[in-house]
Amino acid sequence: MFPFLRIGPLLIQMHGLALLTGLWVATTWIDKESLHLKLNATTILNMIFYGLIGGLIGARVIFAAQHLNIYFLNPLSLFSLNTGTLDLPGGVIIGVLIALLIGRREKLPLRPTLDALAPGFAVMMIAIGVANTFSGNAFGSATRLPWAIYLWGEFRHPTQIYETVAAIIVFIVWKIIPIESQRSGIRFLQVVAFSASARIFLEAFHGDSVLWPGGFRAVQIIGLLILTVAIYLTKQWGKAERE
Amino acid sequence: MNTNRLLTITISILILGAVWTFMSRVREPSSQQPGPPPNPKAGFAAPDFTLDTLDGGQLTLSELRGHPIVLNLWASWCLPCRSEMPAIEKAYQHYKDAGLIVIGLNTASQDSESDARAFVQELGLTFPIALDRDGSVQSRYQLLGLPSTYFIDRKGIIRAVVVGGPMSEATIQSNIENLLQEK
Repeated sequence: MFPFLRIGPLLIQMHGLALLTGLWVATTWIDKESLHLKLNATTILNMIFYGLIGGLIGARVIFAAQHLNIYFLNPLSLFSLNTGTLDLPGGVIIGVLIALLIGRREKLPLRPTLDALAPGFAVMMIAIGVANTFSGNAFGSATRLPWAIYLWGEFRHPTQIYETVAAIIVFIVWKIIPIESQRSGIRFLQVVAFSASARIFLEAFHGDSVLWPGGFRAVQIIGLLILTVAIYLTKQWGKAERE
Repeated sequence: MNTNRLLTITISILILGAVWTFMSRVREPSSQQPGPPPNPKAGFAAPDFTLDTLDGGQLTLSELRGHPIVLNLWASWCLPCRSEMPAIEKAYQHYKDAGLIVIGLNTASQDSESDARAFVQELGLTFPIALDRDGSVQSRYQLLGLPSTYFIDRKGIIRAVVVGGPMSEATIQSNIENLLQEK
């Protein structure tokens, strides 16, 4: 765990740095894949950029809407750099909606565009694993296995490392075992399905799982739903491709 | 790989995943189980301490259970600490009647007591100031940077940690309101 790097008066959050680096590598891969799929890479990168900015603003606005009394008295806090005052799920939904609107306005074909985004998605999953390794978040449950790491007062499963390795494997599979049909959206679904599968299996080793009634882990249930949707779309899009 | 092969693989994973999800569900935690161990991280119990205060008294964190607590680690030479302190004092004045306790924990092992006293007087701080003279509390909280602020709920569990600053008024107040909402 290495959450912060101090350089003089600056305190750099290493998980944030890992995510930013991941974003840079991801956009590089998306750029390359867009050209390979004969798509307009600039339009796709603009769509990502506006989606991110819109998502960030949306996350702050939604958080402020939930604490109107505070922000009404301190409107300048809207511009605070603190990431703790962001509503992340809301920001993700708004960011995706903005990206979809831009994609539609620019007439980007949906399924080939998703295929171009696939390596970026896979790289970001690796970056999230690395970010969690730095911060010590998403920590594992207690274990006495020989490869356990000492974290937060216990020997624990190194879940952050498991997830980083799994995400690297998903990326390698995307790279070296390509799906035959190009521009069909199925390469994107392949990355999503394998990433969801990894989360379903690895979540069982987490020590910080959100639990739903019956003791079920929320991430596993959401992962199963995502996997089911990915299978359904793979079938539909595969059929459309053959026709 | 063709689409059919991908479908076969993913459907197999879906079936195995459903079985795994059922097998790895968490059995109801027994009421005999202890709470989370002390760690300076959200979701864990706040590490306990007993320290002298600037006004000559003593303060023990665990004795304040039942109150939401804001624990702010600071030093008089730290500029972001100076910038955010008026907002912390303002929040304390606003929420103290609702039961909020603020502890300003001076990292006295890397500060001087006279400077700390002058700092408190200059900014008109009215909440208790604890003095970590030997640095043991800083080490228990694995202090990574100043200021560091811990928002602790009524059960003594850390709910949020903010390392670095200055925190905006909204950051401070929204975290306090979250603590006050929990019964």
